[in-house]
Amino acid sequence: MLIKTKTNAQLSGNDVTDEAVYHSRRQLLKQLGYLGAGSLLVQSAQAKSLEFFSSKKDPVFQRQSLSFQQASESQQILTPEAKITSHNNFYEFGTGKADPLDNAQAFKVNPWQLSISGAVDKPYTLGYDDLFTRFSLEERIYRLRCVEAWSMVIPWVGFSLAALIKKAAPNSRAKYVAFETLYDPEQMPGQNSRRIGGGVKYPYVEGLRIDEAMNPLTFMSVGLYGKTLPAQNGAPIRLVVPWKYGFKSIKAIVGIKLVEHQPPTTWNLLAANEYGFYANVNPEVDHPRWSQASERRITTGGLFARNRIATLPFNGYGEDVAHLYKNMNLRKHY
Amino acid sequence: MQASALAVNISALKSVLLTQRVLLLKITIHLLSFLPLFAIYWLAFADQLGADPVKEVIHFTGIGGFNLLLLSLLITPLAKRFRQGYLLQTRRLLGLYSFSYASCHLLSFLAFEVQFDLALFFAEIIDRPYITVGMVAFIILFSLALTSPIAIRRKMARHWQKLHNGVYLAVLLIALHFFWSVKSDIVEPLIYFAMAIFLLTLRKDKFHRWFK
Repeated sequence: MLIKTKTNAQLSGNDVTDEAVYHSRRQLLKQLGYLGAGSLLVQSAQAKSLEFFSSKKDPVFQRQSLSFQQASESQQILTPEAKITSHNNFYEFGTGKADPLDNAQAFKVNPWQLSISGAVDKPYTLGYDDLFTRFSLEERIYRLRCVEAWSMVIPWVGFSLAALIKKAAPNSRAKYVAFETLYDPEQMPGQNSRRIGGGVKYPYVEGLRIDEAMNPLTFMSVGLYGKTLPAQNGAPIRLVVPWKYGFKSIKAIVGIKLVEHQPPTTWNLLAANEYGFYANVNPEVDHPRWSQASERRITTGGLFARNRIATLPFNGYGEDVAHLYKNMNLRKHY
Repeated sequence: MQASALAVNISALKSVLLTQRVLLLKITIHLLSFLPLFAIYWLAFADQLGADPVKEVIHFTGIGGFNLLLLSLLITPLAKRFRQGYLLQTRRLLGLYSFSYASCHLLSFLAFEVQFDLALFFAEIIDRPYITVGMVAFIILFSLALTSPIAIRRKMARHWQKLHNGVYLAVLLIALHFFWSVKSDIVEPLIYFAMAIFLLTLRKDKFHRWFK
């Protein structure tokens, strides 16, 4: 008898929930806006979606089907696609959770250029098509834990970051990897306006230690739910580091640079006491303003969904990554 | 003949609007306050409120309650400035709706955010300054709501006004609670702070008298 054992990395799912018809809810929210106490005085941040006299027809960001090696089955309940694509922290397109969905639909990803440079012997650049053809694509079902204490289960499509880095032949000075998001204020209104972009310094930058970057779990995603990424989820290519808080998983990447010293990272620059460089999911170390001991798992169900679950160290990926942090004080290096 | 009948009707309507203006205002406040609250819970219950209905409900009731409180604080200056004394009769209703929204805000946090994990609920109130501040503001609003019936007001005599001056502290605490709760998008909380400060500066004569 064949007994198959799985590591956490191989978690997968088949409980795919249908794409709900979410568009009607925008209409309802709009109607609510006319009545709501929320409309009596200043508009709330979310009230962008309650804009009173907007009748413009939004263009829809096009997604293509991908061919890839599917993940094997598992018990984890996937977060419905409609929720994954309407609940995003992507401040370049606004700070409200639904803002990226509203504001990113006209985002142009083709042509695209992703350069791999720095302490490498063979720097190279990937064009838009290369993102989907240069490496063999596979599906990975990962838990995504936001630093705001909610989480999702997402079927990503992509390839390992290690494959991308190895191709560039990093040299001995490559100790860290620095990532950079596209800077294009014309397309990304948040980069142009403090009000829309939440006062973040752009372009968004992130970083990993080289051994973190080379870990087999670390993933470059070019798609989800079998299709290329929606713009609001970081099209055309984004990072996914499942054992770290979501803000490490930088979106719409144009630059990956191998460097010798620890690179600056966006949220750490903004509030170093709240967001560390490592940002490993850790139920023992609270965010200064809220507990990280548990989280709400967003799947299906409305207000009464009992979805609060305990948060696991390294988001449950400890057996694959805990060794990276041996002898490190993770309270200090949060 | 017809024209004069019309004129009579219009003047009758005018007098109804005038004599019943407080009632009409109150009905409007009821509709504008209660219906959105009902709608937001209905949509959230039906999972028609985006990916995270819990967050939507908590934000909506929080900001809605703050809006209503600011509005209630705008009434007195408006009534004085434009000599429309009858407006004062809507103040208590607005205040009570503000308290109702605040109650929904807190209860939604308890029921849907921490999901009746009481240990977590109390730990969050104590450990998180922004929640502590919000809780203090809620206790103030609660005490104001409790003492809002006219009979109690009469019984409390001059103590009543003293207690209800607590609203000025509450509005500042709520502004701080909002400011502290956001990650980095501070523009909107700052606008609210400015509105709260503005409403308080309209009462600077009153504060001067306190400290004389």
